[in-house]
Amino acid sequence: MRPATSESRWVQWLLIGIALVFLLGFLLLPLIAVFTEALRSGWVAYKGAILEHDAWAAIKLTLLTAAIAVPANLLFGLAAAWAIAKFEFRGKTLLISLIDLPFSVSPVVSGLVYVLIFGRQGWAGPWLMDHDIKVLFAVPGIVLATVFVTFPFVARELIPLMQEQGTDYEQAALSLGAGGWQTFWRVTLPSVKWALLYGVLLCNARAMGEFGAVSVVSGHIRGRTDTMPLHIEILYNEYQFAGAFAVASLLALLALLTLTVKSYLEWRHGDELSATRRH
Amino acid sequence: MPDSSARRRAAIPGFGLTLGFTLTYLSLIVLIPLAGLFFKSAGLGWAGFWRVVTSPRALAALRLSFGAALAGAFINAIFGTLVAWVLVRYRFPARRLFDAIIDLPFALPTAVAGIALTSLYAANGWLGRFLEPHGIKVAFTPLGVVVACAFIGLPFVVRTVQPLLEEAERELEEAAASLGASRLQTVLRVLLPTVLPGVLTGFALAFARAAGEYGSIIFIAGNRPLVSEIAPLLIVIKLEEYDYAGATSVAVAMLVLSLLLLVIINGLQAWAGGRHRRAA
Repeated sequence: MRPATSESRWVQWLLIGIALVFLLGFLLLPLIAVFTEALRSGWVAYKGAILEHDAWAAIKLTLLTAAIAVPANLLFGLAAAWAIAKFEFRGKTLLISLIDLPFSVSPVVSGLVYVLIFGRQGWAGPWLMDHDIKVLFAVPGIVLATVFVTFPFVARELIPLMQEQGTDYEQAALSLGAGGWQTFWRVTLPSVKWALLYGVLLCNARAMGEFGAVSVVSGHIRGRTDTMPLHIEILYNEYQFAGAFAVASLLALLALLTLTVKSYLEWRHGDELSATRRH
Repeated sequence: MPDSSARRRAAIPGFGLTLGFTLTYLSLIVLIPLAGLFFKSAGLGWAGFWRVVTSPRALAALRLSFGAALAGAFINAIFGTLVAWVLVRYRFPARRLFDAIIDLPFALPTAVAGIALTSLYAANGWLGRFLEPHGIKVAFTPLGVVVACAFIGLPFVVRTVQPLLEEAERELEEAAASLGASRLQTVLRVLLPTVLPGVLTGFALAFARAAGEYGSIIFIAGNRPLVSEIAPLLIVIKLEEYDYAGATSVAVAMLVLSLLLLVIINGLQAWAGGRHRRAA
């Protein structure tokens, strides 16, 4: 006889069946479609589409953008977590909600705010034109928009964890004569390293894949201000489906890598991540 | 003792440096640019703002963005809860793998999701070829927008319900069963109230994300004005026409609407949580 706190065998299998069919059809099928479409015309065409001049330029711009945006937000995440977790001050809750703010703004609006500042009719627009500085429709604008949308990722992994950890170890190190930096490098940083990696991982995935915000500020200049997601859009709209899916498959591989490392961190170092990530 | 704890706290260095950096960076990247949006819209005046937002095209776009986001969040609430239940309560092959791919919509860039969904649901796609003969057109219709919204919002509900189910006390279920409740009664009257706040939180997060979504929708939507054009796309179009005022008005309307709906949902959540506590 089955225990009173579980369902009968056939109900269990029915529910598992529905869930798995849903996940396969709804999540896995799109992923499989990306790779199938990318390889439809064979390996040679696939390699050609990726090594093509404009695609290669887009890959390099995407890597450059992430290489600036991720370290910037990493530095910010560490500073914010240190201030919020190690000290008491008024307005802390408000500060935490403000840090999460970019998540509740539409990506397109995130791009729009920079157009309003740096655009031709924007506040800084005329001054920038006089000094021949290009922000909008150039790399600085793309980096700024990416920093905006990936802003909270590292901070929100570190803040809850460092709050849980308290200040006991830092107190001990300081009372034994360690300096402030030494305490940070030798005591705090090692205790949050996995959460830090976790935040960087998610931050990087979003930075390389951001579309809406970057699309608004980029100007879509082929080979110059096109990131990989924007290049996918251009190829797709020109009906070059194989090329679009070839570039898309690289980003899909990045997503798979991100998910793999993320699951590994949750499984292997779950107790060193913030509480919401341990499952 | 309070005295010594105050002294202990003062001993950690770096408060001024880290808080100063945090506030400066936050202001420069997020707060000042966002405040600029509201300043700009205030400069338009109420009449100008209202004229843009109540134009048929803007109204249709806002209705589609928020309507499809609501529909997508409903799908997520139902299937997300079911998936969370199956992942937490049952054991089956490749469970870990399925658990890991739940986050795929977070990790997969939206443009990639957009073209993949479009190719699946187009008339000759793997799924479209079975749906279209039955008269169900997904790609290039508002239904496609709902599908894209449901795709990107799925992880939110699963990830908020999962921990609640893991922590739910089995004793309560045993007590209900021993008092003569059927399994279905126990699930509906004991377990559901426990996870309902989580479902609502996930619903709210999925809704907020989908309402502002752009990348995964524009490929599958078909983007016909008044029919399948979403609000973020209308902003982009107005920007391309150098209509900054129009773009700003739609953006402010979107922000205000999402804020309003999130307040309502937060209220619902507090109500559900309160009801649960009283019942328990």
